[in-house]
Amino acid sequence: MTSMEKVKYLIVGNSAGGIAATESIREVDRSGSIAIISDEPYPAYSRPLISEYLAKRRDLEGMLFRPADFYERNNVHALLGCRVKQLNVDEHTVELTDGRRINWAKLLLAIGGVPIVPPIEGFDLNGIFTFTTLDDAKAIDQFLGHLVKRPTRAVVVGGGLIGMSVAEALLRRGIEITIVEMKERILNTILDEEASALVEEALRRNGAEVITGHTVAVVTGASSGEVTGVTLDDGRSECCELVIVAIGVRPRVEQVLGTGIEVNRGIVVDRYMSASASDIYACGDVAEAYDFVYGENRLTPIWPNAFMGGRVAGLNMAGVPTEYEGGTAMNSLKYFGLAIVSAGMATAPDDSYEVLNSKSNHAYRKVVLKDDRVLGMVFAGDIEKSGIIFNLMKDGVKVDGFKQALIADDFGLASLPQEVWRPKLEMPPSALASAIDLFGQPEQIVVAE
Amino acid sequence: MRRVYVKEEVCIGCLLCEVYCRGQHSQSHDLLKAFKKEFPPPSSRVSVETRGQVSFSIRCQHCSQAPCVYACLTGALSRDPVSGVVNMNEDRCIGCWTCLLVCPLGAIRRDIVQAKAVKCDLCQGEDVPVCVANCPNEALVYAEVPDMVLSQALG
Repeated sequence: MTSMEKVKYLIVGNSAGGIAATESIREVDRSGSIAIISDEPYPAYSRPLISEYLAKRRDLEGMLFRPADFYERNNVHALLGCRVKQLNVDEHTVELTDGRRINWAKLLLAIGGVPIVPPIEGFDLNGIFTFTTLDDAKAIDQFLGHLVKRPTRAVVVGGGLIGMSVAEALLRRGIEITIVEMKERILNTILDEEASALVEEALRRNGAEVITGHTVAVVTGASSGEVTGVTLDDGRSECCELVIVAIGVRPRVEQVLGTGIEVNRGIVVDRYMSASASDIYACGDVAEAYDFVYGENRLTPIWPNAFMGGRVAGLNMAGVPTEYEGGTAMNSLKYFGLAIVSAGMATAPDDSYEVLNSKSNHAYRKVVLKDDRVLGMVFAGDIEKSGIIFNLMKDGVKVDGFKQALIADDFGLASLPQEVWRPKLEMPPSALASAIDLFGQPEQIVVAE
Repeated sequence: MRRVYVKEEVCIGCLLCEVYCRGQHSQSHDLLKAFKKEFPPPSSRVSVETRGQVSFSIRCQHCSQAPCVYACLTGALSRDPVSGVVNMNEDRCIGCWTCLLVCPLGAIRRDIVQAKAVKCDLCQGEDVPVCVANCPNEALVYAEVPDMVLSQALG
């Protein structure tokens, strides 16, 4: 088929950003044609749940990000399992690998990231996996199903978010795990030393081996092509049947390079999520968008930022000018029941920052401040009120009068000055006149015995 | 949409809102059973904060641009386009607590036994949420406020 199809909105990518854009477009444009293209053959699923899939705790149905009738209900033409071959910026077209051509008026590139796989000897063996898609999880699951050897050991290369999530899933499957992290501690980009140590302890308690400060130099294999083990940079070797490469992701920019669209580390977008070429937008892991902590564009490849970026992009594509308020690195982790949240700067870059922290039996709290504004936070254990601090950070609220309260055990909205909490909880005075008090007659107080 | 607002100056921090919320979100709808017998133990979706003479109860304000809905990793949180209520589909919730991290009120709570986030649903099916109906001091008001006014308040 070589005929030209025409759509008003073309969204490439069927994950957080693409779905958010679809929804926000439909909030303001009920009828403009929308098509979504994805090389993955599945309806939108929650990518963080691939760990639950591998742990056999959820199937695809249980992972769906939106109800099964999402595309139909929103009148979206879903081209799932299709791949873009070529993007033509000036012509406003894309060409698919199956020969189809699509003409678009507005284009969103929500194409995500690709796993970073360094050139390590033995990475072509059978038993090497990455872990960013449902197909990755399926491939590992199938591999485990065919293994006859018990017990099985997996080496996870990389102690970041992806490494943690695959390690937890495999431990739940009864697989022995060794995590090899090049830096001195796991989760070093998103947590501080104390919180990293808490996660490492939880991993060890659940049977994982954690090696930090080293890398995998060689993956060794049998003549049959199967992985048999790894050798580390210090010569140590470890037997294993599979290796998961979980070093991180980088923006999937290949198709954009050479098109004239500005790419730094990712596709550079302005505060409207607009790329440098007109009518083209980008969001999510592929985009370098505004970070409100650093005050500049950065890669923050996390799900909620992809969603917000996609939402803003969709509104702008549909002609409703909307500014992206910015995102920042922000994660809530729960490995083996241990709750940790972090956002912004988990560690102070230098001595010009003020760091406050506290520890109690059930909580660790830390905030990083500069000029009396919150620029980073790490909470472990009792995290229920952490959102209040995240929003002080996002809104750039000066906390000079109450900064010690931020790390107190009883921190809550009531710890803040009245002028912060009152407008959020009380009925706006301007609305009192129009408000309908539905309380009616006061009831008798009944206290159960 | 109607929301629950606090009147701090008449709240005495008696915690009855928490008590009735817990009962309402129990299987038995019976306070005694809810507090003494049920497993998993039902949890309150409102929480009372007290500092000296100041006290008020906090619950989800069903923000019109709800950060929790946008941040939810699984699609468990959604805003009903008709009623405006921000709903939690507990089957879809994995207890990752991302919604807690973005809530400006700290209003979402953890049901640690079930590893689910729980939040105010405005007592669907009731005319008035039970926290409002059972507040002995009328410190809670269930009222309709135009969204425009509210968005200024919620920022």
